[in-house]
Amino acid sequence: MILGSFAAGVGLLCLRPEHLRKLFVALATAAVCCGAMALLRLPAPLGAFTHDYHWVNLGMMFGEAAMAGYIVYISIRSRKPLILALILAQAGLILWFELAHGPQLRGVRNLYLDKFSVILALINGVVGGGICVYALGYMREYHEAAHRDVADRRPLFFALLFVFLGAMFGIIFANNLLWLFFFWEVTTLCSFLLIGYTGTAEARENALKALAMNLAGGLAFAIAIVWLYQKSGTVELQILLASKSGAALVPAALLCFAGMTKAAQLPFSGWLLGAMVAPTPVSALLHSSTMVKAGVYLVLRLSPVLTWTSVGMLVALVGATTFLVASLAAITASDAKKVLAYSTIGNLGLIVLCGGIGTDASVWAGVLLIIFHAVAKCLLFLCVGIVEHKSHSRDIETMSGLILRMPQLAVMMLIGMAGMFLAPFGMLISKWAVLKAVVDAFPALSIFVVFGSAATLFFWVKWMGKLLEVVKPREQLPEKLAWGETVALYGLSGATFLACLLFPLISSSLIEPYVAGVYGHSTSLGQGNVIIMTIMMVMVMLFPLSFINYGRGVKVMDAYLGGANAQSSVRFTGSGNTVCDVTLRNYYLQDFFNEKLIAKWGRIAGTALLAAMLTTAVLSSREPAVQQARNAATAPLPSPQPTATKLISL
Amino acid sequence: MSPWLRLLLYLVAAPIIGGLLAGFDRRLSARMQARQGPPLLQPFYDVIKLWQKENIVVRRSQNFYILFFLLLVIFTGALFFAGSDLLLVIFALTLAAIFFVLGAYKASSPYSFLGAERELLQMMAYEPMVLLTAIGMYMVTKSFHVHEIASHPSLLIFALPGLFLGFLYTLEIKFRKSPFDLSCSHHAHQELVRGITTEFSGRALAMIEIAHWYENVFLLGWVYLFFGSMPALGVAVSLAVFLFVILADNVFARLKWQAVLKSAWLVAVILGFGNIVVLSLFR
Repeated sequence: MILGSFAAGVGLLCLRPEHLRKLFVALATAAVCCGAMALLRLPAPLGAFTHDYHWVNLGMMFGEAAMAGYIVYISIRSRKPLILALILAQAGLILWFELAHGPQLRGVRNLYLDKFSVILALINGVVGGGICVYALGYMREYHEAAHRDVADRRPLFFALLFVFLGAMFGIIFANNLLWLFFFWEVTTLCSFLLIGYTGTAEARENALKALAMNLAGGLAFAIAIVWLYQKSGTVELQILLASKSGAALVPAALLCFAGMTKAAQLPFSGWLLGAMVAPTPVSALLHSSTMVKAGVYLVLRLSPVLTWTSVGMLVALVGATTFLVASLAAITASDAKKVLAYSTIGNLGLIVLCGGIGTDASVWAGVLLIIFHAVAKCLLFLCVGIVEHKSHSRDIETMSGLILRMPQLAVMMLIGMAGMFLAPFGMLISKWAVLKAVVDAFPALSIFVVFGSAATLFFWVKWMGKLLEVVKPREQLPEKLAWGETVALYGLSGATFLACLLFPLISSSLIEPYVAGVYGHSTSLGQGNVIIMTIMMVMVMLFPLSFINYGRGVKVMDAYLGGANAQSSVRFTGSGNTVCDVTLRNYYLQDFFNEKLIAKWGRIAGTALLAAMLTTAVLSSREPAVQQARNAATAPLPSPQPTATKLISL
Repeated sequence: MSPWLRLLLYLVAAPIIGGLLAGFDRRLSARMQARQGPPLLQPFYDVIKLWQKENIVVRRSQNFYILFFLLLVIFTGALFFAGSDLLLVIFALTLAAIFFVLGAYKASSPYSFLGAERELLQMMAYEPMVLLTAIGMYMVTKSFHVHEIASHPSLLIFALPGLFLGFLYTLEIKFRKSPFDLSCSHHAHQELVRGITTEFSGRALAMIEIAHWYENVFLLGWVYLFFGSMPALGVAVSLAVFLFVILADNVFARLKWQAVLKSAWLVAVILGFGNIVVLSLFR
């Protein structure tokens, strides 16, 4: 699948005529989706693969060298010494390592497959594939109507999308950390190119920012590989995960650092906000199914090593702080994409929080969050992209009355938002599970979650309200969608729906086996709760039915405007006989929550926490006492928190 | 008592108790203001009258939201009294409140819009404290289930004094009483008219009233949980809390939203979170 996606990418680079590209993208997407689905049918004990592909290793080495060369060229051209230093340091380290130790690394299990990778492969295949199909129609309109000034480089664009997907599959399946590193760097480079696609000054600047931050993570990754090899003579992820010694903490902490840069955790959140300048499919891809998910995937993978350690605690704190800060900042934003970006950062924070806690319940919740977030967030991004094209604005205030102007899209957005925060839909189930996991592990961390989720509630509902309220009769916007857009949007709406309905099934057939495989036991929501939630779900789904009664038995009057109504509910005669228009504007509380101030303190806190995390990791790897305490804590079950097991019978 | 019986009792008795409490509230408030006040059963007469009125709306779908608000509030209380998971109860309550807010948004009048925004602010203000209360109860009783919390042998108030006080504070917001009646004043004020309920009339307004009755009984039930091991004391304190809310309503003027948000979050951090930290230290 990795190779297939890469090949598709190369193929697309060569394909110029549009209708051929359409066909090719559709076929490639179908292949990727089918491949991901086929993984579901694989026999239950999925395992590792030990094939020794020397030429693959060599190829990757050359690939890395080529990428490093390209980035060096970019950094010199754009005069960014920081990027130059980062790339030289990491490329030098890795190339030296491969040349020095390459021959000893024969016989490494390069690939590894379990239920967790299958879940991510599905998300990557289905959601990522959906985005590619959507991009067909979207990019045509982008170049032919909305942004004529931007150079049309669509073959490159689609090639990058597929290379991106391929690299993501690589990250998911790799067990050899060197392989993982290679794919990691491919996503970094692809995201750089995609963010800078439009070639404007702002886009270039933001792309470079993303590059610098991700390279910092890459450097940490490279150091982690070398450190791990020096201490324990292996480059396999699974061996790192299985090791219980304190020595594993340093590479784990470094890898978490790398993961958190990709997942845009606090000091590094800036690049994800900057990524909004790219065309919508790119934002959707980065935010929902690929780039950031690679980061949280790595952190969640590492969580067994982090359980009950101070490093894990600090990782959790970074995640918790990010969640709170991003949610508060989202209140102040009126740019739809920015709200979505903040909400992404916040949700990633929650997932990192789960990974840092590292109990079975928290990992279960984290995986669930990944799934629901990917589907619902992608849907929202794609909808906002279309609204932006049709109404030439992505300000939430201009979306007033969208329910009448673009009913289909508005309903889809409402579904997406409901999926993001409303009971009893997906994200809320996961947040609920997170809260329980947090209370069982570190009750003090719950404060971040409760305040963060209160803020989430505020900014989502006011957006929903904006879509629903209708003040003026406004012109209907053309709602014609390209077929790719239709397929992607309806598919994702359906997927959001199905994921919510079928979540007990997803949990029992995919998440629980993985968690049980790692921890020996697993968590799930009790049957009683599932029944209650199903009742709630049915109640909410009945709501659209009430529209059968639309307009029956009611008398329609004008709204009360506090003066004499001059023209229905739209204008009124105010004091001094002046006729005023009615305007409604949401609260953004910008004086109360200062976005810049919040972001600044968030960055400071995040930097401090990350520094503390790395220091603790180095320190605790030297203290045998800590190791013993940790080993005792992670010993099979009689953990210091007996409540963790109680969760099983919720 | 079996959960089904409790459930049934709640469904039938809650509106009656809630309505009586509302009548009592109006009478007592009137006496505090040196007025005669309406008869005790006045809220029931009001609702019956509202029910017979013509349905007047601004937007044709606005009343659908209110119907679901009512259904979900009843559902929330039902979950609570059947002894279900406390967090689930909170989420159901939030969902109900969101329907109410969306209904007001849909009505699209400036006053209901303002009320909806302010209601959201209030939700943001009380939500952390309410969740922390549930967490505190869980830390003491090791269960989120209402029936296990209620039958816990110790008096929760001794372990959770901070949470109890903080919960009282948010209760004022939840009852939409002064000084926290930002979103819908009980007396038409110029700058707000009737806030979130401005554009609802007839049956929809009646449904909002009934929903409040159910909600109030459920909230007082939650106060009872702090005294679960001594039922008589629990009921007495719940009623005392209700009296206190009425008193506060008549004593204070309305606060600005900034003050509400700040103070509620401060209370949640100091009283609620402080209580939880102390608990986790002594665990």
